[in-house]
Amino acid sequence: MDEIKSTIFAIKRYALHDGPNIRTTIFFKGCPLSCNWCHNPEGIDFNISIITLNDRCVGCAECIATCAHKALQRSNTGISRDDRLCTLCQSCVETCPALAHEPTGWQMTTQQLLHEIQKDVPFYDQSGGGVTISGGEPLSQPEGLLALLQGCAALGIHRTVDSSAFAPTATLLRIARYTDLFLIDLKHMNTRLHRQYTGVANDLILHNLQKLAEIGRPARVRIPLIPGVNDDEINIRETGAFVARCKNVQGIDVLPYHPSATAKYKKLGLKYKGMQFTAPTQDTLSTTVDLLKNYLSDVRIGG
Amino acid sequence: MNTRITALREESFATQPSISIERAVLETEFYKENSGKYSLPVLRALCFKHLCLKKSLHIGDGELIVGERGPAPKVVPTFPELTCHSAEDLHILNTRAMTSYRVAEEDIQRYQEEVIPYWQGRSMRDRIFSEIPDDWRIAYEAGLFTEFMEQRAPGHTALDGTIYTMGMVDFKKRIADRLARLDYQNDPEASDKAEQLQAMDISCDAAIIFAERHAELAQTMAATEENPARRAELRHIAEICRQVPAHTPRTFHEALQMYWFVHLGIITELNGWDAMTPGHLDQHLRPFYEKDLAAGRLDREKAKELLSCLWIKVNNHTAPPKVGVTAKESGTYNDFTQINLGGLNGAGGDASNEVSFLCLEVSDELHLLQPQPSVHISNKTPERFLKAATRVIRKGYGYPSVFNTDAVIMEQVRVGKTVEDAREGGTSGCIETGAFGKEAYILTGYLNVPKILEITLNNGHDQLTGKRVSIETGDPTTFTSFDELYAAFTRQLEYVVNLKIRVNNYIERMYAKYSPAPFLSVVIHDCIEKGKDYYDGGPRYNTNYIQCCGIGTVTDSLSAIKTHVYDTGSISMERLLAGLKNNFADEEPLRLKLWNKTPFYGNDDDRADDIMKSVYSSLYDAIDGKPNTKGTVYHLNMLSTTCHVYFGKMLGASANGRFAHLPESDGTSPSHGADRNGPTAVIKSLSKMDQLKSGGTLLNQRFLPSVLATEQDLDKLGGLIRTYFTLGGHHIQFNVIDTKTLRSAQQHPDEYRNLLVRVAGYSDYFVDLDKEHQEEIISRTEQELT
Repeated sequence: MDEIKSTIFAIKRYALHDGPNIRTTIFFKGCPLSCNWCHNPEGIDFNISIITLNDRCVGCAECIATCAHKALQRSNTGISRDDRLCTLCQSCVETCPALAHEPTGWQMTTQQLLHEIQKDVPFYDQSGGGVTISGGEPLSQPEGLLALLQGCAALGIHRTVDSSAFAPTATLLRIARYTDLFLIDLKHMNTRLHRQYTGVANDLILHNLQKLAEIGRPARVRIPLIPGVNDDEINIRETGAFVARCKNVQGIDVLPYHPSATAKYKKLGLKYKGMQFTAPTQDTLSTTVDLLKNYLSDVRIGG
Repeated sequence: MNTRITALREESFATQPSISIERAVLETEFYKENSGKYSLPVLRALCFKHLCLKKSLHIGDGELIVGERGPAPKVVPTFPELTCHSAEDLHILNTRAMTSYRVAEEDIQRYQEEVIPYWQGRSMRDRIFSEIPDDWRIAYEAGLFTEFMEQRAPGHTALDGTIYTMGMVDFKKRIADRLARLDYQNDPEASDKAEQLQAMDISCDAAIIFAERHAELAQTMAATEENPARRAELRHIAEICRQVPAHTPRTFHEALQMYWFVHLGIITELNGWDAMTPGHLDQHLRPFYEKDLAAGRLDREKAKELLSCLWIKVNNHTAPPKVGVTAKESGTYNDFTQINLGGLNGAGGDASNEVSFLCLEVSDELHLLQPQPSVHISNKTPERFLKAATRVIRKGYGYPSVFNTDAVIMEQVRVGKTVEDAREGGTSGCIETGAFGKEAYILTGYLNVPKILEITLNNGHDQLTGKRVSIETGDPTTFTSFDELYAAFTRQLEYVVNLKIRVNNYIERMYAKYSPAPFLSVVIHDCIEKGKDYYDGGPRYNTNYIQCCGIGTVTDSLSAIKTHVYDTGSISMERLLAGLKNNFADEEPLRLKLWNKTPFYGNDDDRADDIMKSVYSSLYDAIDGKPNTKGTVYHLNMLSTTCHVYFGKMLGASANGRFAHLPESDGTSPSHGADRNGPTAVIKSLSKMDQLKSGGTLLNQRFLPSVLATEQDLDKLGGLIRTYFTLGGHHIQFNVIDTKTLRSAQQHPDEYRNLLVRVAGYSDYFVDLDKEHQEEIISRTEQELT
């Protein structure tokens, strides 16, 4: 039987803000949403590619020599890649001494992922932490996600899934059986604006959150707070009211927008659709928190 | 901080360290007059008494704890009997840019006329260097190791609680009793012991005289003091100086003054490494604190004020400057007085108490260079105490350092100490384990482990000078396997360690014979009972440590050779050696391949960590159990202090892709920039080292203040520390990073790969951020630190 492989774009240890206590976060690659402010743009595309960081290149040209598909050549900016010829065989990635060729993700079997996760078990045990599966959208790779959660469950590791909840309800419920805590991002209560900024409507997301409430699976709701997009009083109040009705939600984390991802977009050669956004002021943050506290007592800034 | 403490602290900060020749002049006078008339122990004791009688005293405005080693705060005496500064040394110290010491021109002249001529050829350093063999000198000059005892006397001693229950009068009784029991009939060493015991007795008198003189001075000052409050304080000081150290302290205030007089006595008698340490001060002071509180003599604030006075006293005592070539290099003003807080008591109970918290608060409020507090965390330590410590760590002073009590105890029990003595022990200097008040645990010098690999790769020659500095173990280009190379490395290691030990044993006997320390011997068990000096096996336990530097650098270098030369064969030994010799000139791809494509220590990667384990094992085999001169043995220690910088300067390019002359890895930390998977991976790697077989390891971790911003962040830091200790770690300390370092990180990103920063809702590596966000974080950090 073929082992299930998941496409990953990062593993972060000593992750402090992705759920309770000390955690290891696995980032699944690929997301059906395309939020304008996304700070993990390498997690949007489901496909792996190899990017070349020419500022790192030292000009040894070993990658050109070892590429069996003749996909690389010198250009006036350094090394250029012919995507039609490139088979993603990784030989350039392995060869380059300067780490100038970088894959945007890689595939790992559930066993390999479990091996990585298990390395930090002493920290989970001591602090009450565990693993967090984030993305991208982990629910978009349900088989790999399920297998990983089952594997962690068998090892007694606490499991958090950080998701937009944009997935078939049946998938979500299947995953929920093996998830101790959900972190659900709620970007906007207005479905038109939700579509405008994320590319999808919010009805499925809201429906799924209600379903999680029905089965009583613990969750925290996270609001990425972006001035001019979702920080108005109406939206905040509506969010608070909605969340308060979901009895499974333990609290709300307000995540202040931060223009930190521009470098990543540049590196990936992607256009950043969030240039106009700015970080919320301290005032906006406290107003938002105060508003939300009318609905739920546990409201925090940051994850 | 009240106005008194603010003023004393300000004075301590603002005063520029300077050198006083008073001690040297008094001592030279004394030696000219008395050398040859007495046995060495008695001569040393009489010299100590002469100093206590004659040295100028200082009681500063507002001081509550009194006594200075020099004539005033931050004024450092010299110890020409150990190492005699030359006029050039003194000039350099006076003028060098970093860590300078002011010396008056007329003092240099007087030194040249009165002090230097007498001690030339007579100082311990001159005598040691006149006798050492050439092969040792060649290896020493190549930077294969350092030798502690050529600059200062063996030391870094910590006290137990004895001085709080016994005054000098009681010690004198104990000495008299021992003298009376000497068996001249059957003990061939009886007359030597008698000399030693008499010397101890004289040094007790000296300490009492020193305190008496302070009492008289305080009394005299009180007579003319116009401020009635200060007049009362001075009278109280006089009363205290008549009580201690002659008799046992009765109050919290007297207990502090008792310690301070003993501390001063020890650092006046000789210049032992790392000055002196009170050990578990919080445990020793606890009964006085509780009694005074109950009696209404003391409150929390007053106790903090008195503790602050002691802290400032320690800070006033700048480390004596070194001599010879090292005077040109910058040193440190820190004399490494470490105060242990928390831990366990002798009976095995949690020892943290209200005084532990007071000491942390005082350290936080004063944030001085020294003393540096350390917190000792056992399985029994309450979370509240660890949390209080993390709150201070967050401030970014680099202290308190954090120790694993349970590991520190097991390290000691492994080498045969009783569990009670081990619990009353702790750490001093940087991270060195010892049984406080009962052990001479002598640091003998640092060992440059990466340099040993370098001479292996150069068949016994120095890569930088081409000079032959060691035995020949074969041309590495003829080696056919990694094992063959490793075997050559262990032969070199064995040779260098044996060379070091041979000379070290010689130096130790020199100290035992010619430079006994009778006053120190009084307060360390069982010198009186054995009738032997601290340097001559008098203490209950006697340990020699060799401190091994650069395990990260050497592991990564070996891993690189194993991976690229032997496993894949993608780099030939010839090419590697040529690259190293040329310091990777025009070989950046080669260097980057070594640096980026090698499994490195600090990433929880067994490929590298297994090599670390082998190296550690080899160090253990080469050092542990080798006999010292006191009938006991050497152990290994894994600290580098700042020596990894000096050793790095003496080291050519290394196979891990490090350029020549850059620092080596520090302590047992990974090479700078080699750990790329965060602190949990570092801790996992470190935990694969069998740390209990050492006398201490050292792990530095860097964090940005923003990673420790919230209470939850502090809990997670606590979790990280507890996990490391569960896994057998000895020590961890945190550098909560400052702007200067961040600037440097911008310029040298490779060295700062492991620097974690809080960006927004998540943490990321600083060097992975673009310029603008780095700038943003720098400005944010400054705000957070003000």
